[in-house]
Amino acid sequence: MPPKKAAAKPNVSAEELLGHYREMLLIRRFEEKAGQLYGMGLIGGFCHLYIGQEAVVVGLEAAADEGDKRVTSYRDHGHMLACGMDPKGIMAELTGREGGFSKGKGGSMHMFSKEKHFYGGHGIVGAQVPLGAGLAFSDKYKGNDRVTFTYFGDGAANQGQVYETYNMAQLWDLPVVFVIENNGYAMGTSVVRSTKSPSLWERGAAYGIKGEEVDGMNVLAVKEAGERAVAHCRAGKGPYILEVKTYRYRGHSMSDPAKYRTRDEVQKMRDERDPIEQVRDMLLTGKHATEDDLKAIDKEIKAIVNDAAEFSKESPEPALEELWTDIYAEEHV
Amino acid sequence: MATEILMPALSPTMEEGTLAKWLVKEGDTVSSGDIMAEIETDKATMEFEAVDEGIVGKIVIAEGTEGVKVNDVIAILVEEGESVPEVSAASAPAAVPDAAEPQAAPAVAAAPAAPAVDTTPDWPADVEVKSTTIREALRDAMAEEMRRDEDVFLMGEEVAEYQGAYKISQGLLDEFGAKRVIDTPITEHGFAGIATGAAFGGLKPIVEFMTFNFAMQAIDHLINSAAKTLYMSGGQMGAPMVFRGPNGAAARVGAQHSQDYAAWYMQIPGLKVVMPYSAADAKGLMKTAIRDPNPVIFLENEIMYGKSFDVPVMDDFTIPFGKAKIERAGDDVTIVSFGIGMTYALAAAEKLAEEGINAEVINLRTLRPMDTETILASVRKTNRCVTVEEGWPQGSVGGYISGVIMQEAFDYLDAPVITCTGKDVPMPYAANLEKHALLTADEVVDACKKVTYR
Repeated sequence: MPPKKAAAKPNVSAEELLGHYREMLLIRRFEEKAGQLYGMGLIGGFCHLYIGQEAVVVGLEAAADEGDKRVTSYRDHGHMLACGMDPKGIMAELTGREGGFSKGKGGSMHMFSKEKHFYGGHGIVGAQVPLGAGLAFSDKYKGNDRVTFTYFGDGAANQGQVYETYNMAQLWDLPVVFVIENNGYAMGTSVVRSTKSPSLWERGAAYGIKGEEVDGMNVLAVKEAGERAVAHCRAGKGPYILEVKTYRYRGHSMSDPAKYRTRDEVQKMRDERDPIEQVRDMLLTGKHATEDDLKAIDKEIKAIVNDAAEFSKESPEPALEELWTDIYAEEHV
Repeated sequence: MATEILMPALSPTMEEGTLAKWLVKEGDTVSSGDIMAEIETDKATMEFEAVDEGIVGKIVIAEGTEGVKVNDVIAILVEEGESVPEVSAASAPAAVPDAAEPQAAPAVAAAPAAPAVDTTPDWPADVEVKSTTIREALRDAMAEEMRRDEDVFLMGEEVAEYQGAYKISQGLLDEFGAKRVIDTPITEHGFAGIATGAAFGGLKPIVEFMTFNFAMQAIDHLINSAAKTLYMSGGQMGAPMVFRGPNGAAARVGAQHSQDYAAWYMQIPGLKVVMPYSAADAKGLMKTAIRDPNPVIFLENEIMYGKSFDVPVMDDFTIPFGKAKIERAGDDVTIVSFGIGMTYALAAAEKLAEEGINAEVINLRTLRPMDTETILASVRKTNRCVTVEEGWPQGSVGGYISGVIMQEAFDYLDAPVITCTGKDVPMPYAANLEKHALLTADEVVDACKKVTYR
């Protein structure tokens, strides 16, 4: 277990820390707002919140370069915000409106941005893993040095296609970072109830894939590990696995009664390990920022999220003609 | 007593092969298990072992002989002291290849190679044609498109070094190299997903399934990942790719390797579904499939791979999707089919013609999009329709066509549409049972007579 209060590292600039703080806070506030809108009936269906896991995507995006790709599961709002997709377009997709990233036709689980190299948003547990390796395949084929971040959970880690993909990714030296976001629970089944493997990343050894476990509540640790993984992939050495130990504060989806864990367990994690609080402490104890500076950021983020929520309510529902568009492409998109 | 060594069938659909090499010579003594010869089938070069002991009395078929029919005598084993010329003479009548011809020509093989009346030509009349097998046509189409577009690549089990489990990719590795002709491990779910991801990333993969039976392992990616992403992304990204391979019953390969998936894939919005009949269909439609910006399911047939048809000699021959072909014009009844079903449909039309019934035979070629206009126009003329497919009856392609006709041309019908399908059973192995499980031309004839009240 890492110390309760992580000390600011001398090699981290105030600017960088503030950036992490801002990005993680945006995800948290955005998700809280999404939870509210869901409760109001503005968001329907499945809605999987990312609260608690913010350091994973923010840390890894800090290790990414322009042109790198990312693909993930249905718990995808954080990934989209972290790669720079407009919060308005994400929230409007959650409400099923015309201004959403998929014109309201994808929903919470299915959003994409070609511009930001975000390839979804996939609802079938584990299916994004070969898709991510395929994206990496396309970069290797084209001869560039871009890397694909392929995110999946501890639940998906038991799907057969993950291991089919490990085998081929290593066989073909594909530049893919497999990011196992181990939040401890596959829906309601804890990791210890689904596998006897002591660790998930070590399964890669069977295929010759290197990897490591990372403290997913510490954004700096995630970033550092991400940089090692990216360097490995960019050097043409094939895939790399990061098992990022994280924690989801909310239920699996909005309809989760969360009977499988205690309130105390969640509260303890929030009190002792919260990724945003850790950075906040670093900023304050390292004298990188004052309470007032952080309050200003909080206010700014709140405004962004409120604007997104307003947009998501005001954006009209998609025109009925949209039912019949985008089924077939007329030309290559 | 002399023993005749017969040309072996080394694959389920092999009808003939090349006797590539003899590893024994006349006068050699062989015992059970010794490798006698190398035989090239339509798929692979196989070693052929001796079953009996004896002395090679005579090699009847010289090495390098092509087109040796299965069950022809290729050599004669004699016992010690037995005279060869005598045995050779004695067995001569049995060795006449033509003797086995009548039984060896089932309805499938009897299908007319020459196209019937062609009212909508796929190529100009003055273009030269060349007799080409479907196998060659598919390979040529892929090679032409790979030359045309660097982003097109082929992946699948045994597509590269083995030259294709059914030799469809023969020569492609040599021409395009290992970067673009990629052998995969046996891992359909995984490589279908990787190929789909590569398509999201801007490439144009061709995925070969050794047979479509194995695509069931991967079907989540075909449907959930490839077919739906364009819609789910609001048109931002899709999967321009082809999933291809043999589909449907081969011969004597049992229940798990004998299924027609046409109706399954035809149901999915976002997929295009192609099932060619002729070599020209195969070539023209494959080139269109590779260029199409959507995921295409391209259903081939193992039994048809070796069949030859005229293919136009053109720089760039393509056939558009959604355009059926009237293979034979007629006024009395419309027969609608696709893929190997066309062999039954055309054979039936021949028989019906002898009895004065002129059937119009429509080759659908693509099931999605489906050219229902051509079907409806024909039914408005003939007032009768019989559909023909190898797949199962419930939820069949014919069932859909029947529904369309009922809704769009009910008043034109003089008889209910009959859907001729495979029997509603898993494919049995026993030869007699398998024959009954499959559709026959006679069943199509009977259906046509029923709807024409003859």
